Amino acid sequence: MPVQVTPDLMIFGLLAGLAAMTAVGVVAFRNAVRSALCLVLNFFTLAFLYFTLRAELLGMTQIIVYTGAIMVLFLFVIMLLNLGSLQVLDERPDLIKKGLGFLFGGALFGLIATQVVQPFLQTSQQFAPEGFGSPQAVGRTLFTSYVWPFEIASILLLIGIVGSILLAKRRI
Amino acid sequence: MFDVASWHPALQALLRVLLFVLPLLLVVPGLIWWERRLLSWMQDRIGPNRVATITLKSGRKIKLFGLLQPIADGIKLFFKEDITPSAIDRLIYFVAPAVALFPAFALGGTLPWSGNTLLTPIADVNVGILYVMAISSLGVYGIVLAGYASNNKYSLMGGLRATAQLISYELAMGMSLAAIVLASGSLKMTQMVTTQQGDLLGVVPFLNNWFIFTPFGFVAAVVFAICVIAETNRAPFDLPEAENELIAGYHTEYSSMKFAVFFMGEYAAMLVFAGVFSTVFLGGYDMFIDPLEGIAGTTLGGLATFMFKTVASFTCFIWLRASLPRLRYDQLMSLGWRTLLPVAVSNFIVVALWILITNKYGVWQGWIAYLGSFGLLFAVYLAVRGLSKNRVDNALAPRSISLVDGTRSVNVADPQAEGVGS
Amino acid sequence: MESYIGILVLVAVAAIVCVAMVSLSWVLGPKKVTPYKSSPYECGVTPEGSARERFPIKFYLVAILFILFDIEVIFLWSWMTIYRDSEVSFQLFSFIEMLVYMSTWILGYIYAVRVGAIDWDETTSLDPAKLEDTVLPKLEAKPVLQPATEGS
Repeated sequence: MPVQVTPDLMIFGLLAGLAAMTAVGVVAFRNAVRSALCLVLNFFTLAFLYFTLRAELLGMTQIIVYTGAIMVLFLFVIMLLNLGSLQVLDERPDLIKKGLGFLFGGALFGLIATQVVQPFLQTSQQFAPEGFGSPQAVGRTLFTSYVWPFEIASILLLIGIVGSILLAKRRI
Repeated sequence: MFDVASWHPALQALLRVLLFVLPLLLVVPGLIWWERRLLSWMQDRIGPNRVATITLKSGRKIKLFGLLQPIADGIKLFFKEDITPSAIDRLIYFVAPAVALFPAFALGGTLPWSGNTLLTPIADVNVGILYVMAISSLGVYGIVLAGYASNNKYSLMGGLRATAQLISYELAMGMSLAAIVLASGSLKMTQMVTTQQGDLLGVVPFLNNWFIFTPFGFVAAVVFAICVIAETNRAPFDLPEAENELIAGYHTEYSSMKFAVFFMGEYAAMLVFAGVFSTVFLGGYDMFIDPLEGIAGTTLGGLATFMFKTVASFTCFIWLRASLPRLRYDQLMSLGWRTLLPVAVSNFIVVALWILITNKYGVWQGWIAYLGSFGLLFAVYLAVRGLSKNRVDNALAPRSISLVDGTRSVNVADPQAEGVGS
Repeated sequence: MESYIGILVLVAVAAIVCVAMVSLSWVLGPKKVTPYKSSPYECGVTPEGSARERFPIKFYLVAILFILFDIEVIFLWSWMTIYRDSEVSFQLFSFIEMLVYMSTWILGYIYAVRVGAIDWDETTSLDPAKLEDTVLPKLEAKPVLQPATEGS
């Protein structure tokens, strides 16, 4: 399949490159706060990748939940544990660990690649239809086909609330 | 004239972005001047009135009422020394002001300032109001990173406080907007304006249905306005930079233009939030009375209407700063979580009920159901409050003050209590 | 897709403006660093100890409660856009579903408020040993509510 350089592809390349770069930054920075900052940027770019796929509600959810809420908690945890200083993350080079790391990393990459490439090659349509990921479509589906999962999610979140309070408080 | 419609979409987008960002950059100094002048008048002072008074050779003076004061300040700040404290996290220290300013500019991406769909909004996306929520939730990072990077205990405290404050009020803000989304049936901001062009309360034909004049809209507007003030760290919610406790909070260690960037970000965010307020609750570029619709329909008329409402909302924020004292931190958290959040959530549920009843039975029945259920919820609230009185009082325990001469002490919460005039 | 070009351009322009503003003063201003000037400003006193201290867990608790409540609401945004304009039967059904959903929200909220998860007092989360040393004596000390004696 010959690849044509369209504006859409250029935008995708820009966003995907930025996302990949920030993802590398998360691992490469030794300071945990900088890594977290990279992760924020990564989530933010991912949202735009969702927009290009016409999944607008998902993109907004990505920004609100991951960038706006969960990363704040990450930053809090990093600051709570005071991981800012460099010495904490300094480790002696260990060849066995490195080898195992590369092995497992490669295996994970292969696993994901086989799952992604296969359906990707089979697609015949370049874009999802207009309004595919619009809030209206999502809302309709959520309240017709997926009512039970929707209700159960609320119970899951309730358990989360109770659990986090129990963990953080010594005396209720 | 230019034939904008035939341009490439990306160029059109760029035009719309420039039409938003450049005026915003230009207006912010004016707003700072406006706030300083207004505050001085409210406090019986004069305020900045000298800069840009030009004396001609003939002795005539051209007065600009000090309008250029913030610009002069800005030029001075650009050429001031940029002091970098020792032992900071250099990268984060430099990135933080930029991160703080970014949401202020990106916030207005879905805000329509006029009916001209070619020039505004920048992107009329299907998730308009969620976009505003999403970008405003990024406002936390600039502050918490600045606090963390500065290597200063007060900065860190300010950053932490700000984070807890911003995320607490974001919940109530989201819920107050949710009621409006439910009532207008769309997340699009242009759709919200269109909905508000309907008949007032569904019954008055010649007036427009601005949400602030509907009962649920009024509740949502009050909650939203309070949350906006907290989100932009303005008095009385300016705990993150409370100078009597934290020097200057998260921007203690910032000098020169970096400090000014924080300052600008705050004002730009305030203005855009005022714009969001006037779009969502005050009808946006819409005129209240039907015969005047024609004025608001044109591009410039719509812009003028929108700007008038926005600046009026902004002025109300300044007014609050001049008249209200700063809250204590536990009071701030208590207000957000215990008052605003339940009010906004019950408003949201009641609006859903109202829509259902209106659809099934009719307009009047809908309003009766709305007011009735809200009254019921309020009664339940009072009952719960009565049952758990001890806890509430504990959270907002009154503090006593001793008068200077040491002869009397007064219980602030209850001046009639013993101790007065002993 | 076309409508999102606007947002992409806005984000890019905003980022450029922000970076330009921050770096411009770095270029324009003078630089004369002295040890006094570059020390952290803590009320003019020499800074004591590290500035990056660990902080109370209550901030963390507020953050995690925010996430959980926020995610609960996220599920409803899509429903809000279709609720008003759909037929009455769907409205009735989804309204009841929403009530069931929100009831767990309210349950969680009431629990969080009742156990004082958002109260700004540390007595319930501090280490008991630390609590006895520092906080309890202050709580037991009577607040200064009594009228001051005459002429004292």
